[in-house]
Amino acid sequence: MSNIPSELKYATSHEWVRNEGDGTVTVGITEHAQDLLGDMVFVELPDVDDEVSTGDDICVAESVKAASDIYAPVSGKVVEVNEDLEDSPELVNSDAFGDGWLFKIKLEDARELDDLLDAEGYANSIEE
Amino acid sequence: MTNKTVLHAKHLASGAKMVDFHGWEMPINYGSQIEEHNAVRQNAGMFDVSHMTIVDVQGTDAKSFLRRLVINDVEKLKVAGKALYTGMLNEAGGVIDDLIIYFFSDTNYRLVVNSATREKDLAWMTKQSTGFDITITERPEFGMIAVQGPQAKAKVATLLTTEQNAAVEGMKPFFGVQVGELFIATTGYTGEDGYEVIVPDTAAEDFWQKLLDAGVAPCGLGARDTLRLEAGMNLYGLDMDETVSPIAANMAWTISWEPTERDFIGREVLTAQKAAGDQPKLVGLVMEAKGVLRSHQKVVTAFGEGEITSGTFSPTLGHTVALARVPRSVKVGDIVEVEMRKKLVKVQVTKPSFVRNGKKVF
Repeated sequence: MSNIPSELKYATSHEWVRNEGDGTVTVGITEHAQDLLGDMVFVELPDVDDEVSTGDDICVAESVKAASDIYAPVSGKVVEVNEDLEDSPELVNSDAFGDGWLFKIKLEDARELDDLLDAEGYANSIEE
Repeated sequence: MTNKTVLHAKHLASGAKMVDFHGWEMPINYGSQIEEHNAVRQNAGMFDVSHMTIVDVQGTDAKSFLRRLVINDVEKLKVAGKALYTGMLNEAGGVIDDLIIYFFSDTNYRLVVNSATREKDLAWMTKQSTGFDITITERPEFGMIAVQGPQAKAKVATLLTTEQNAAVEGMKPFFGVQVGELFIATTGYTGEDGYEVIVPDTAAEDFWQKLLDAGVAPCGLGARDTLRLEAGMNLYGLDMDETVSPIAANMAWTISWEPTERDFIGREVLTAQKAAGDQPKLVGLVMEAKGVLRSHQKVVTAFGEGEITSGTFSPTLGHTVALARVPRSVKVGDIVEVEMRKKLVKVQVTKPSFVRNGKKVF
């Protein structure tokens, strides 16, 4: 079973969301997702200041195996992207919940976080 | 039912991620496909290819049978151990499979065919053997390990007996020799130096372990695919199949047109196709921008549409490469467009070969 940190929130489309407590969240893809995709070769990140809505495809993770859309798990404004991924997309594989983060969003409505899954809910969602 | 090779337990012991490959449970990677790829380009890696099918064709008519069965001409093989790459066609000129044939004598040949096509290959060969005095014998009691990379031969040498080392010393590409319990061949599917070794099932695990101990990296099917694609080598089922002529699959060089009286299966169709000059062709595509070309993407050219047959990220080059079947008038150096994720992007046409011996070749 993959690692699913209990302090994070999750979308069924395999994004994780960390509430930074200052009105922003950090978003990445889960350990399980990177394992399915295999070695990452490019990550196309959104632009800073993009306004995004929940469910928008705003980022593409391209691995040796496939190109996968990554969806905004919450609505708001992109305030930062992980520029290290430009040269080191493999961070998504080696540290999915840490240095492999993708982007940060300033929340439009913090209540949206309640709609996301907790670790147990996500674990159930990926069980066949 | 899922088949397992004799090395299955060794893969699990090395932490392999296993996948179903045409009914065989095979390693896709042992952690990182790209690191495995680089190990083969820079040092030495090994692949379990025991799922591939070994077929011995023996008997008085072995030579005349193979001269009928495949598009290359085994008459060219004069030196014991010499091998050739070729295709086996149906009557309509489509590729049933690609294969390697090793020559031992006019009455004794060894064929190595794809595992995914095993049943239809054997059925076809048996059907075609009517009237020929031959035996067709599958040899499932062997494992096969491909050891590839600039250091591959040196590392294998440390495991061989004096007699075996003497036998492979200076062996040219595309040769194989049986010495002791090993059949050692200078063939491969990576564009690097190395061997493919056929080893009895009973000795396979031990041989694999000794290679591991010698520092040869275990590599999965993922790296095997990126390596063969960089080398511009076809994968059956993607780059060609029974609906595709060898002329449209960069396999024209494996057709032996002379002597004209040799009546190989598919000859009539290929002759007509050659005269008409209207078969598409397989070319390379390169794009240095971000993104990865993938199988089945549409190619738009000034001469009509084509299709990507295989595409991948090339770890050696750091950008994407692909093989594509396009209209014959498209030329190397042309810029064509590929439909990627609903957008048309420009890519460059190259020869269908990208990396050999660790270096860019286009």
